[in-house]
Amino acid sequence: MESIEYFLLLTGAIFCAYRATVSKRILSSTLYLACISALTSVVIFMLGATQVAVMELSVGAGLVTVLMVYALSVVGEDALDPTSVIPKPLALGLVGTVTILLGWMVYPAIQVTIVSGDVDLASVLWQSRVLDVWIQIVLIFSGVMGVLGLLSERTPGHSEEVHA
Amino acid sequence: MNFSPLNIILIGIAGLLGVGFYGLLITRNLIKVVMMLQILIKAVVLALVFAGKISGNLGLGQSTAATVIVADTIVAVVGLALAVQVRRRFGTLDVPQISTLKG
Repeated sequence: MESIEYFLLLTGAIFCAYRATVSKRILSSTLYLACISALTSVVIFMLGATQVAVMELSVGAGLVTVLMVYALSVVGEDALDPTSVIPKPLALGLVGTVTILLGWMVYPAIQVTIVSGDVDLASVLWQSRVLDVWIQIVLIFSGVMGVLGLLSERTPGHSEEVHA
Repeated sequence: MNFSPLNIILIGIAGLLGVGFYGLLITRNLIKVVMMLQILIKAVVLALVFAGKISGNLGLGQSTAATVIVADTIVAVVGLALAVQVRRRFGTLDVPQISTLKG
């Protein structure tokens, strides 16, 4: 029963990813991306990682989707995806080869029984991985600064005032 | 190959990675490039949690996945802001066209 649930969720996620890739309208791709995020977060929740599932759902399906729609509203209706430079069969062949090789390499590693004896996220995050927390704080700060800098409108005549 | 939940999740991760790479190869629009990166990162987050689960250290898997989600969000935010600025300056989001422009 659990296998069927995983199969349905992941098949849905891969289908949405494919539709997001081939869709000509970027707004549709954005909605498919939100669906992928929602389905992925359900799978993560079923694996037992509840905190990360909530984070993925709120950030991936919420914040990023809102940002994408905002960017599309600024960019306008010409945000269509033109035809690719690389021939699609070549890209498909390359990706297929890489994916099969990856699966072939990883498959023997997961043929193990699941080890029990888990430590909760809070103790890992605040004790052994406290550097990650600092990195996240720095990343968020630099991201906010980067966006403020990039989205700031240049006022006309500002550079002349500086040179004068 | 039996279709246990572990194998199905592994195939799902490989499938998401494959579709993300394929999209990255064929896409020319700058906003869509950011989207394809998002698909790749979702597969990676799933892989991290999955690795934590099968190794019996789910806390560590969750911790690294949370860091990846934060970094991925910052990449998306900065990438989209960059796309907006590129559109304002060059009037296009086509990556090959942008790479041939000067200034």
